[in-house]
Amino acid sequence: MLKLVHAIISRDLRLAMRRRADIVSALFFFIIVVSLFPLGVGPEPELLRKLAPGVLWVAALLATMLSLPRLFADDHRDGTLEQLALAPQPLGLIVLGKVVAHWLVSGLPLALLAPVLGLQFDLSSDALWVLSSTLLIGTPALSGIGAIGAALTLGVRGGGVLLSLLVLPLYIPVLIFGAGAVDATVTGLGAQAHLSLLGALTLGGVFFAPWPTAAALRIALD
Amino acid sequence: MLEVSRLECVRGERSLFAGVGFRLDGGEMLYLQGRNGSGKTSLLRILCGLAQPAAGEIRWRGTTIDTLGEDYRRELCYLGHHNAIKEELTPLENLLASARLADEALDEGAALEALEMVGLAGREDLACRYLSQGQKRRVALARLVNERRALWILDEPYVALDAAAIELVAGLLGAHLQRGGLVVLTTHQAVDVAAGTVRQLRLG
Repeated sequence: MLKLVHAIISRDLRLAMRRRADIVSALFFFIIVVSLFPLGVGPEPELLRKLAPGVLWVAALLATMLSLPRLFADDHRDGTLEQLALAPQPLGLIVLGKVVAHWLVSGLPLALLAPVLGLQFDLSSDALWVLSSTLLIGTPALSGIGAIGAALTLGVRGGGVLLSLLVLPLYIPVLIFGAGAVDATVTGLGAQAHLSLLGALTLGGVFFAPWPTAAALRIALD
Repeated sequence: MLEVSRLECVRGERSLFAGVGFRLDGGEMLYLQGRNGSGKTSLLRILCGLAQPAAGEIRWRGTTIDTLGEDYRRELCYLGHHNAIKEELTPLENLLASARLADEALDEGAALEALEMVGLAGREDLACRYLSQGQKRRVALARLVNERRALWILDEPYVALDAAAIELVAGLLGAHLQRGGLVVLTTHQAVDVAAGTVRQLRLG
């Protein structure tokens, strides 16, 4: 079973490496959206410090949304999804592999990039560190929950917009606890509780989401 | 081995076919015919378990395929309308990846041999998007060379192929039937296989 998950992760990573423009454009979107805020609201350190967690997290949500529609669409178009659905293993495991691969090329780079962007908001090194960890812990949940939406809107005309309407509300808890953790650090309350809740959301998102996703994919294929 | 009874398929409001039934044993091939839109592809997808029939049941070795689930899929090889190959990957990578995902042991040597057999020698390391339609179909068909699963379900395997490749596929089908395998296929071309019994079913 692990062999299968490994096989799908390595295949998807290889495909992503052959199509680097997709990854890079989502990252640049993240960089630009975050950088627009200091330019727009003016250089007041107090205000920027207050805004930073929310801005970075919202930008991360939007950047994740950019790559979600293609999670299953390409496999659906070229017939690979049918073959995956006919593999002699549970489809949920295959989805799990695809979610992990999606996180490695979308969530992980965001988390690594965030501290650098956080500097524009005059965040302390403590807060930058927490910001990066919240993204590291929280973004897998975004890929997991997003997979359900991507499967439900597969093959639907104008599915991209529908996908955002479906998935963004479900991202709210992740946003609250992710941004809240950085806020709590800035105000000196400690981020422990927020990080634990974020971890729980991720575990739930990554390990439970593949099963409804698999069911939705089977419906899309019927 | 494969028994189908009173199968009915409804697409939208329209009934495509009803009361379809047949029985297929080892070494037999079912040649599915019918005009465009008569439900050939739908029937094949139902046989695979990808789509659900409106009525009727499909039994494999005496048990319904819904009950068998993964055990049925382990004995099934489906080649659909689409080639199921990734344009960004090379033919070799495609072949190895699909074998790994289907939980089959296929080493690089065997994969290269299969590609050579379908006439893609020298193209192994070229991304599939640079191949022609017929060559892409050949990549998809290379899966069949080392395929030892019992039931092959092939949707228009001859599409976009030249005469030499059609002969090659007919050879692969003949060898499979000789091993006691089963084949269900649709095609608009004449099929000419050396071994096995060929049954015909006309839809619509």
